[in-house]
Amino acid sequence: MPDVLKAPLVVEFPFTRSLGPVQRAFFTGLREGVVLGARTTAGRVLVPPAEYDPDTAAELHDLVPVAATGTVTTWAWNHAPRTGQPLARPFAWVLVRLDGADTALLHALDAPGPDDVRTGMRVRVRWAAERTGAITDIACFEPYDGPPEQPAAHTGEFENPVTGIVAPARLDYTYTPGRAQSDHLESLARRKIVGERCPSCRKVYVPPRGACPTCGVATGEHVEVGPRGTVTTFCVVNIKARNLDIEVPYVYAHIALDGADLALHARIGGIPYDHVRMGLRVEPVWTDGARHPDHYRPTGEPDADYDTYKELL
Amino acid sequence: MSKEPVAVVGIGQSKHAAARRDVSLAGLVREAAQRALDDAELGWADIEAVVIGKAPDFFEGVMMPELYLADALGAAGKPVLRVHTAGSVGGSTALVAANLVAARLHGTVLTVAFEKQSESNAMWGLSLPIPFQQPLLAGAGGFFAPHVRAYMRRSGAPDTVGALVAHKDRRNALKNPYAHLHEHDITLEKVMAAPMLWDPVRYSETCPSSDGACAMVLTGRAGAARAPRPPAWLLGGAMRSEPTLFAGKDFVSPRAGRDCAADVYRQAGITDPRRDIDAVEMYVPFSWYEPMWLENLGFAEEGEGWKLTEAGVTALDGDLPVNMSGGVLSTNPIGASGMLRFAEAALQVRGQAGEHQVPGARKALGHAYGGGSQFFAMWLVGAEPPER
Repeated sequence: MPDVLKAPLVVEFPFTRSLGPVQRAFFTGLREGVVLGARTTAGRVLVPPAEYDPDTAAELHDLVPVAATGTVTTWAWNHAPRTGQPLARPFAWVLVRLDGADTALLHALDAPGPDDVRTGMRVRVRWAAERTGAITDIACFEPYDGPPEQPAAHTGEFENPVTGIVAPARLDYTYTPGRAQSDHLESLARRKIVGERCPSCRKVYVPPRGACPTCGVATGEHVEVGPRGTVTTFCVVNIKARNLDIEVPYVYAHIALDGADLALHARIGGIPYDHVRMGLRVEPVWTDGARHPDHYRPTGEPDADYDTYKELL
Repeated sequence: MSKEPVAVVGIGQSKHAAARRDVSLAGLVREAAQRALDDAELGWADIEAVVIGKAPDFFEGVMMPELYLADALGAAGKPVLRVHTAGSVGGSTALVAANLVAARLHGTVLTVAFEKQSESNAMWGLSLPIPFQQPLLAGAGGFFAPHVRAYMRRSGAPDTVGALVAHKDRRNALKNPYAHLHEHDITLEKVMAAPMLWDPVRYSETCPSSDGACAMVLTGRAGAARAPRPPAWLLGGAMRSEPTLFAGKDFVSPRAGRDCAADVYRQAGITDPRRDIDAVEMYVPFSWYEPMWLENLGFAEEGEGWKLTEAGVTALDGDLPVNMSGGVLSTNPIGASGMLRFAEAALQVRGQAGEHQVPGARKALGHAYGGGSQFFAMWLVGAEPPER
């Protein structure tokens, strides 16, 4: 059996966040060097602020400034910071209860080593040099042995408030298509289209998934299908997709290869898009260096009769 | 022991729009949930459990948003359940909530579904570049368009039917103040003149991308007796699933959909859906799915659904109104779209659908589907409690 294939799959997107009234004030405050909390119905001050009271579910409106100094309530040492974390050198993740707040904020503490960090130690905000209205406006916390700072009174109202933020997300996966699809891809490299037959219902799956979705049993018997097949149905794509290097319009078709029991999906070429029809007989067109057929083109055979493919749409 | 009868006593939805930049995710779900509580004249403390649904986390990139939304939904100290069945999730979320009441696990349950599509891009979320696969297509429209063509071939429907549906639903949306699209100058000619995106699906025959939320308060007999407004009673509810692709799958009329409808009708004692049901709110993201689902749900024989649409039977003033609210074609916050269908069915039998009310509606069907036509959720609600 050939090696099972694998490849990196990176999922990355700049998500946006509409902030709503409370987070809008919190993030704008950070930009202005003010840390705001939300006062709950019972009088507790939540930092970071919540839009709704965790105890009563009441909407919270009362924003109050707290100090930029506080106390570490617990911590964990980060030996090996990753890309995008607050500091590039080892640091402590800390929960900090700012003076005037009743809850703790998660952030980074810049300290030489874990022996320099303890629960109960006093810290203060180190502001970022350039602030935009984001949690990163607090660059990190640093040890502090002065008196608690007194926050200036603030209404929570600002000029030009920050109304949204961008939250880039990236996930790095290692993708493996598994045994069955690896076999199929290996056959494609030899320009053969090979599916697998279910030992129970005898249906031939192309591309194979290694199991029959109807019978729930493993498939393993290789069956070469095609290369010719029938267009069972299709659409004409007129919308150009991001990251897709295909000129529009093009035909996206379901093709039942001869010997397969369900249709696969591929592009039709070698014929004007508005001449493609259900029942058209087609064959793959291979290009050097590509794993899959580039597209399918008409064979010139007479169209298939509807009754021969109506169950394979 | 028999099940507890389930009543819908509160319904709320947000104003739906392309982008609700005025609210956070929490603010969006809260808007719908607060309206549902107000409708039921209940407070947060009256709710015993919260059941929440949305489409894939990729759509907003908030992993497990139910954790962060617990405060906004008054869920502290209560069970929170998250349901996920792709586009049908709003429907299955409501059914999970209903089952908690029917099983007498909880007396009164809040159920909420939402999507804030403006914070991401669903077309991107559905078309990740999977290694070793040939990138061919983007988004849901291209996936469903070949199935529409298959329906047209199988039924012999004239190619104008899709435009009739889009025109009807967008006109209905004008009567629904919460709907996303309000195309005041819509005409059939304009629908027909729109470009083909995924021929045979025109731009005008596709759903929009919306921010929105929907919520309902479900309760039992005792709760219904205290309700300030007439409840909608659950007469039948079911979910069915099938694989995305398998040999013999009928994409035009999936078996899971047929079986799901049959189960609902059996529970509700419906023998002739066309005669016994007064209004239908079904999940139609591409216009041709109206005639396709009319057949799948048993309102028409195979190949005959388009004739109901063409004859005006499914119009708001027709014999079997479909998508009175304007439907998914006018409002599509994906995760909430199924619940909006269920909620509209309940509004109709409560007589509270406003300008899009079907006069005298006593029984209405709410329908949702999702994934590659593989998840189905439906409920039938009535103005009278179930017999037994």
